[in-house]
Amino acid sequence: MAELEQKQVGTKGKKKGRKKMSTRVDLTPMVDLGFLLVTFFMLTTTFSKPQTMEINMPVKPRAGDPPVTAPVVAASKTVHIIIDEENRLFWYRGLATQPLDPLAETNFSALGIRKVLLEKNSSIDGMIVLIKPTNGASYKNVVDILDEMNITNVKRYAIVDVDPADFDLLKEYKKI
Amino acid sequence: MPKVKIPRKSTLIDMTAMCDVAFLLLTFFMLTTQFKSDESVIVDTPSSISEIKLPDTDIMNITITKEGKVFFSMDNKNFSREKLLAKMSEKYPVLQFTAEEEKAFVLTGSIGVPLNQLKDYLGRDDYERKIYNQPGVPIDSSNNELGVWIMQGRLSNPNVRITIKGDQGCPWPIVHKVINTLQDKNVNKFNLITDLEADPNKLKGM
Repeated sequence: MAELEQKQVGTKGKKKGRKKMSTRVDLTPMVDLGFLLVTFFMLTTTFSKPQTMEINMPVKPRAGDPPVTAPVVAASKTVHIIIDEENRLFWYRGLATQPLDPLAETNFSALGIRKVLLEKNSSIDGMIVLIKPTNGASYKNVVDILDEMNITNVKRYAIVDVDPADFDLLKEYKKI
Repeated sequence: MPKVKIPRKSTLIDMTAMCDVAFLLLTFFMLTTQFKSDESVIVDTPSSISEIKLPDTDIMNITITKEGKVFFSMDNKNFSREKLLAKMSEKYPVLQFTAEEEKAFVLTGSIGVPLNQLKDYLGRDDYERKIYNQPGVPIDSSNNELGVWIMQGRLSNPNVRITIKGDQGCPWPIVHKVINTLQDKNVNKFNLITDLEADPNKLKGM
């Protein structure tokens, strides 16, 4: 197998000259070793760096700060998204006590919340989305909704706590 | 009938070229490789369309597992981990770290133990540390050690960026608590680590 051919150069008569050894070396084991290491490095390497999503939260008011008046927002421009503990998704527009678009269930798919957001974003000038994850909501669902904001190009959105009025709305909806 | 004589050829192939290729690839992989970091916890991050890459250095990472345990880690650029530990023992004089414990702290990845267990945790050897059941850094409002870590971490490396790496299934209130802690420490800008997902807007254009 190994390629160690020793060419017999000298003839029987000439014994003086040294035997010329071939300079060829069998490289098969070296190739084996090379590929073994290549495989190792290929498997241990991490090519893709993780992606990140940037989040900016509002500055929390501190004791001693001058009082800040909350910006007045037209209720008709607010779209509320509620994520509940069973991975269900609800939305309404306006105030919880008198919603302009009644509470409706939707889902995380392209035909669900994305369609709603795209529609509302084009019809309402300066729409504000309020994301309200309940205490049982999972992190994935919240990130999905934040991602949806990026996809639908909603500029103004915030993560806020759920109002008691929202819970009442939900309860009523689920009863039916 | 005249016989056609096929000359027998040697089956040996010259391996030199193949060897060249193998070592070329080897060199490439050796130079580009970055070893997967030795994480003490496995976290399955949610996906997003965001394409911002995470830098390697100046990173302070808060990991949240599926069970809601919180881990804290920081990269060691400019010996910031050493500085961090020094700052911690300055703040808590009860914690006097030995040189070995300091070394262990620099080499270890994420920290997920309360401060009163930290000395015990760092005193163990590598293997024991790996199988140690870390309960997570406390984030309750009465004993918010994560806030202390963040504060001291930012003091030891002012350029640090803060990232949150949460598991898909981890409950939102825990993440909310972590974000609240960050806001209490005046960190209002941070990054969430996610996997890449195809952007539907770009797919349409294709």
